[in-house]
Amino acid sequence: MILLAFVLQTIRIAIPYLLAAAGGVISERVGVIALGLEGMMLAGAFGAVLGSYYGGSAWVGLACAMLAGVIVALIMALCTLRYRADQVVVGIAVNLLVIGATRFFLRLSFDSASNSPRVDGFGGEGSGLGVMASFSNPIVWIGLLALPVLGWLLFRTPFGLRVRAVGEKPEAAATLGVPVRSLQLRGLLLCGILASLGGAYLALDQHQFTDSMTAGRGFIALAAIIFGRWMPLRVAAACLLFAAAETLQIQLQGAQLVPSQFVELIPYVLTIVALAGVVGKSVPPAALGKAQ
Amino acid sequence: MSGAASSSAPLSAAAEANAPLAVRMRQVCKHFGAVQANRDVNLEVAAGEIHALVGENGAGKSTLMHILSGLHTPSSGTIEVFGRDATGWDTNAAIAAGVGMVHQHFMLVPTLTVAENLVLGREPVRGIQLDQMRAESDVRSLAERTGLRVDPSRTIAELSVGEAQRVEILKVLYRGARVLVLDEPTAVLSPPEVDELWTVLRGLRAQGDTIIIITHKLDEVVAISDTITVMRDGRSVARLATASTSPQEIAKAMVGRDVALALDARVGSASPATSATAGSANAALSIRGLSVLGDRGNLVIDALSFDVQPGEIFGIAGVEGNGQSELLDVIAGLRRAKSGTVHLGNADVTAFDVRSRADAGLSHIPEDRHRRGLVLDYSIADNLLLGQQHHFSNAMGLDYGRIAEHAATQVRTFDIRPPNPSLAARTLSGGNQQKIVIAREMGRPFTVLLAAQPTRGVDVGAIEFIHAQLRAARADGKGVLLVSADLSEVLALADRIAVMYEGRLACLLPASACTAELLGPYMTGAA
Repeated sequence: MILLAFVLQTIRIAIPYLLAAAGGVISERVGVIALGLEGMMLAGAFGAVLGSYYGGSAWVGLACAMLAGVIVALIMALCTLRYRADQVVVGIAVNLLVIGATRFFLRLSFDSASNSPRVDGFGGEGSGLGVMASFSNPIVWIGLLALPVLGWLLFRTPFGLRVRAVGEKPEAAATLGVPVRSLQLRGLLLCGILASLGGAYLALDQHQFTDSMTAGRGFIALAAIIFGRWMPLRVAAACLLFAAAETLQIQLQGAQLVPSQFVELIPYVLTIVALAGVVGKSVPPAALGKAQ
Repeated sequence: MSGAASSSAPLSAAAEANAPLAVRMRQVCKHFGAVQANRDVNLEVAAGEIHALVGENGAGKSTLMHILSGLHTPSSGTIEVFGRDATGWDTNAAIAAGVGMVHQHFMLVPTLTVAENLVLGREPVRGIQLDQMRAESDVRSLAERTGLRVDPSRTIAELSVGEAQRVEILKVLYRGARVLVLDEPTAVLSPPEVDELWTVLRGLRAQGDTIIIITHKLDEVVAISDTITVMRDGRSVARLATASTSPQEIAKAMVGRDVALALDARVGSASPATSATAGSANAALSIRGLSVLGDRGNLVIDALSFDVQPGEIFGIAGVEGNGQSELLDVIAGLRRAKSGTVHLGNADVTAFDVRSRADAGLSHIPEDRHRRGLVLDYSIADNLLLGQQHHFSNAMGLDYGRIAEHAATQVRTFDIRPPNPSLAARTLSGGNQQKIVIAREMGRPFTVLLAAQPTRGVDVGAIEFIHAQLRAARADGKGVLLVSADLSEVLALADRIAVMYEGRLACLLPASACTAELLGPYMTGAA
């Protein structure tokens, strides 16, 4: 039972990572660095709360979250694809922009500097499902399926072949009549939608939006992508590993065996160790980040 | 046509009588901003012929072919392909009409398989899935039919350069190309691979395909083409029938004046050190037991030893990627050897850094002038200063008076054009950029010169000049290590020739005993 609880908590924690990492994989596979994941997630979280509050339903929240993610993705697309701005700079700028924008609209909509009022989530708490309650949440299913489906898409379909070609050698794809720019735009939009669902899950799970509530999860997702070498199933495994470390930290904190500060370090130390070469050399898509 | 046309041949009778023109470009102009790349170019290619498009670097050949294959839109002029108007079309339209271009730099995705690269953009599907089986079988049967044999399931990264080029050609054929444009296809091939390519091209011609080949190598033009169009300064200046012209005539049309062809002239091989067994006592450069690890940690140079004597040009030939780059890096001080020593004269410089080696008498013309030879956005004067700045400074910092004086002298001595030291290196032609590098490296005291691909991507006029400089260095008693992928260059200049294959010297012979036919097998490891 303890094990089952551990697994379920790991999955709950992993869902935002899985969604954001799925978005990041597709963005990086078309050659755009996924530094904006954090911003897309935060925008999704805010959109979800806004929609759920005014629309009166978590489903409206979900739609608004995706819209917010698309808007952030479009801003990134405009800067990086259209105006060829440096992707790292744009990624950082977008993250800062979203922090500021959500703060601004938080005050405007809910007259608060820190958090929104309580909103409807997908429920399940009162459904008598107990520990299995999370699985009544559609976002959980999307999160669990996102990376496997993405793996199929990338390696078994013509669309995936084109995506991989564009991320490795866009000029070669262009000479064959593959619409490079349009594929990159679609990749970015898909990334925005998936990452915003990750954010929406966070917000709806907690039934409210709090300032900067994504707390670096976008960057952990990015680490999982590198850890998983841009291969969807490996990336999914990396997300679950990071989530398991976090679960372990939460459980150990309760046990009071070691000072909590050390326990809180676990996920981050694991991330650094993982990225520092335990996985071997991780080779990104060749055209990643290249303005062309 | 400009008045400078030195000669022109009418279309062959056969082409006029029955075969329609595969390509007709009339009065095509193209400018990029203020730069006029093509001016009133005329090109007529008969169906079923191999047509050579020749000219120096920057003559506008590639631009013209990019227009034909839809990558650029012409500023004015008309294009017809098989009698249909094709002005201003895009790549997809060009592909649909049967025009396919094999680019100079491979347009292949290294991580994908041969089959995936071929079907990319028009993938066979089963349902919504990619039909991998059919892709591979389609490619296999196409490879059989054309004689371009390659395993469809291997990834591009695993292929040799020659195989990769076969994939490039297959790629355009897979799209139904009937007019193949090849941009300098032999630049990366070894002599046997070149022969194989010629066989393939003749086979395609026999099947009725039309081939346009861009090149500036005259022996290739003579070997393979039926008809020649010569370009100079963005214009088409001559149309020649290969059977009734000579390399001299083609060269004259390319440059606009008579040139001494390096291929014919082997001057001054009467130097003191032509023996293949010269002792190391007074060697200018001496390499002993050198082993070097490559970027991936594998052994790329294996216990290499040789000497370069004063007053000798020691040529290293071989297909690129057999350890030449790493050897140059180690001698120049840019990479550490695993074991072995490098001596300049009597001094052991193995542990020296780059600057100390330069001060000990080593000059280095790097193989990639854009990456290592020049800072493209620096002026000519600043580029001439690179690595020498400590010789041009006083207590206050850089001594600009002396720098300007130095630059003015070097620009004059090495005939760098335009002769304005304050211009950015980027604005110069390839040949003049290379002259900057040569002026910097040869315009100061040195005893050993590393000349790596010294004439890559430079025009015929500059090649002549650079070769003269190398010969002058030899006459002056310097030791010159010439590393070149261009076998004819090594044959024309070197006193002794070694072929490098997989990190070893496959052979070391006096140049007088060498021919391309003799060295070819060593270059591919067949001997």
